[in-house]
Amino acid sequence: MSVIFAILFYLATLLFVVGLLSRITLYARTPAPLKIPTTPAPTTRTGVVFRMTREVVFFESLFKANLWTWSMGWLFHASLLLVTLRHLRYFTDPVWGWVAFIQPFGIYAGITMLLGLCGLWVRRLFVERIRYISTPSDHLWLALLIVIAISGLMMQFVSHTDVVAVKSYFLGLLHLQIGTLPADAPLMLHLFLVFALLALFPLSKLLHAPGVFFSPTRNQTDDCREHRHLSAWAGKLESEK
Amino acid sequence: MADITAPAYRTIPIVPALKPGAMEGKGPFIASDKHQEALGFPGQLVDDWHDRAIAKMGDLLGKFRSLRVFLDACVHCGACSDKCHYFIGTQDPKNMPVARQDLLRSVYRRYFTFAGKYFPKLVGARDLTREVLDEWYNYYHQCSECRRCSVFCPYGIDTAEITMAAREILATVGMGQKYSNEIIGKVHKIGNNLGLPEPALVDTLEGLEEDVKEDTGLDIKFPVDVKGAEVLLITPSADFFAEPHIDGLIGYAKVFHATGTSWTLSSMASEGANFGMFIGSYEQLRKIALRIREAALELGVKRIVVGECGHAWRVAYSFWNTLSGVGDGADETDRFAQMLQKQLDHRYKQPTHICEFTWDLIQRDALKFDKSKNDKFVITMHDSCNVARGSRMGDLPGGQFEIPRNIIKAVANNFVEMDANTTRERTFCCGGGGGLLTDDLMDLRVKGALPRMEVLNQAVQEHGVNYMAAICAICKTQFSKVMPVYGFDRRMVGGVHQLVSNAIILGDK
Repeated sequence: MSVIFAILFYLATLLFVVGLLSRITLYARTPAPLKIPTTPAPTTRTGVVFRMTREVVFFESLFKANLWTWSMGWLFHASLLLVTLRHLRYFTDPVWGWVAFIQPFGIYAGITMLLGLCGLWVRRLFVERIRYISTPSDHLWLALLIVIAISGLMMQFVSHTDVVAVKSYFLGLLHLQIGTLPADAPLMLHLFLVFALLALFPLSKLLHAPGVFFSPTRNQTDDCREHRHLSAWAGKLESEK
Repeated sequence: MADITAPAYRTIPIVPALKPGAMEGKGPFIASDKHQEALGFPGQLVDDWHDRAIAKMGDLLGKFRSLRVFLDACVHCGACSDKCHYFIGTQDPKNMPVARQDLLRSVYRRYFTFAGKYFPKLVGARDLTREVLDEWYNYYHQCSECRRCSVFCPYGIDTAEITMAAREILATVGMGQKYSNEIIGKVHKIGNNLGLPEPALVDTLEGLEEDVKEDTGLDIKFPVDVKGAEVLLITPSADFFAEPHIDGLIGYAKVFHATGTSWTLSSMASEGANFGMFIGSYEQLRKIALRIREAALELGVKRIVVGECGHAWRVAYSFWNTLSGVGDGADETDRFAQMLQKQLDHRYKQPTHICEFTWDLIQRDALKFDKSKNDKFVITMHDSCNVARGSRMGDLPGGQFEIPRNIIKAVANNFVEMDANTTRERTFCCGGGGGLLTDDLMDLRVKGALPRMEVLNQAVQEHGVNYMAAICAICKTQFSKVMPVYGFDRRMVGGVHQLVSNAIILGDK
C-alpha cells in the first residue's frame, strides 16, 4: 500500500507540474493583439499590479457581483490557503517557525473551508440560474473538495492518525525513499483524493487559478493612445502592405 | 412595430426567473452571397462547415489569448448570470453570459481538451452539429458585446470576445449576418455605413449650413475634404441626417466655429463606425480603420477628433494606435506608424473625443454658454457601454464618465443620476449595440432595452427626467425607436453636444 501511494504521489505531482507549466506556457505564448482592459483601468504597470492583487487576494470583481458567492468563495479559498500552508509541516524538518505558528489557525480553517464549500454547493443546488449552468463536473469538484476536507478533519477530531509516521513517510518520498504509511482509511481516502485533484488540476476548470493572471481584461494597462501595442502576427499584416 | 408591445416594468431590484426557450429562433437575417463574398467570406454554408469551423476555432485560439484563457478559466460561479440586459429583459437562460459562452465552450471542450474528448458528458462538452451552429447564430446575435458581464467576472472573462469569435467562425463557414456585412460592404464601396456617396454628402451638409444659418444667422461651415485643415472629424454617418444625431453634429460645428478651429470631414472616411469589431473580424476591423489613416495622411491634418459614437470611440481609443498608427509612442523603427504620428500634433491626445475637445475649451474659458437655454430639461446620463467599459477620456481612469457629465453641468442647470447600479461601468447597453440595430431583431431590441427603461422610469417618477443624454449613435437610434414602445417621447434621448448646441453663445467675438 505504501508503494502504491508513493507511485500515486510521484505521478500526481508530475502531472500537476508538467500539465500546469505547459498550460501556462501556452497562455504566455498566445498573443493578445488588441488592448481590451475592462475600463476604468489602471494607466500604469504599478496600477495593474494593484488591480491584480485586489482581484486575487480579495476577489474584487466577485464582490461587486454577488455578496453570497463572494463570501462563500472567499471563505473557501482563504481557508484552503491556510490549510495548505499548514500542511507544509509534513514536508519540512525542522518545521519553519511561521508554519508552526499557523498550526492552530489551520485547524479552524479546515472547518471554515468546509463551510465555504457547503455554502457554494447550496448556491449551486438551490439558485435556479446557477443550477442551470452547472455541469456534473462542477458538482463533482465540490464533492471531491468536501470529502478531502471531511477526511482531513476526521483525522483531527474523530480517529487520530499517527501524523509522525505520515511525516516521516513524506519526508522519505522527498528523498526518493519509500517508508511505511499508516494504513488508516481516512488518511488513504484523503491522500487519494488530493492526488486526484493534483493530477486533474491542469485538465479542468481549476485552471482559473493561473488563468486569472493572464486575463487581458485585467492585466493590461490602459495606455492605448500613449504606446503602440502590436503583436507579432498583427505586425506582419503591415509589412504585407 | 405595431405588434410589439412593451414588457411590464418590475420592482427593482429584479431577480429574473428562467424562461427556457423564450428567445429560441432563427436569429437575424443571414447575409446573402453578395454581401458575404464582398468581404471574402463564402456566399453559402459550405459543405465542409464542420471541419472549417473547428479549424477556424483552432486558428483563433492561437491568435487571441483572451479566447484561449476565457474558454478555460470559467468555473460556473454565476457572478455574471444576472448581469446581462438581454437576460434580464428576456429571461431566456441562454442569455446568461456564462450560458452564452458555454454554447461555444462546450464545443471547444469537445475538440480541444482532454476532458471533453474522453468524458464529454461530465464536463458538458458536445459535438458541433448543424443544430449547434444554428443555436450559435441565434444566441450570439443576442449579445451586444457590451462587456457588462466582464466587470463582474472574477477572472475578467469578457463575453464580447467569445461572441466575436463565434460570429467570425459563423461568417467563415458562410453564415454571416446580413445587417453588419451589408453595412461593411457599403463602407468599403462608398465610404460610410449609410451608403451616402460624396455628392449626396456634400449636398446634405450644404443644406445643413443653410438650416443653421436660418437658425443662428451665422455662417457655420460643415467642410468636406479640406486639405491642410487642423482637425479631421470622424463621426458616425448617422450624424449627417438622422434625428437626434444631427443636432449633435451642429453642436460640434458650433464649438469649432466658436473657437475658429479649422476642421474638415473626409468623404473617403465619412464614417466613424467600425462594424468589423461587431463581426469579430480582425481583418475587417483593420481594413475599416485604415481608411481613417489614409484620409488623415491625404488631408495632412494635425488632429483627429471623434464624434459621439460608442463602439467607434472604443475602436478609436483602444485599437486605432494598433491598427492604423493613429496615436502616439510608436517605435522609431516603426515606419508604418511613424509616417502618421510625425504628422500629428502630440500636444493633444490622438485621437481626441469630441467631449474631450469641448471640455478642454470649457476649462480654458474659450466657450460661453447660456445655461438657461436648457432649463426646460431635467437631464440624466446614459453611459454608452463601449465608452464606459472599453475606453477612456482625459488623463484619469473614469474620465469617460466625468467629462461628459462635466460638459452637461457646464451647459445646463438640471442634472440628476439614475440608479448607481446601472450607470458608469455598470451601465446597461441600450439593447441595440453590437450589430443588432436592425429591424429584424426588433423584439430583442425592445426586450433588451427593458432594464434601462425600468431604471429611467424610476428617474422620471422621482426627478421628472425628460432628457436622457447619450454619446453614441446606436444608443440614440435605438432609444428613439424603442422609447415610444415604452410610452416615452422619442425626443427624450439626445446627445451631449445637442445640449452644447442649445446653450452655446456665438457671434460675440
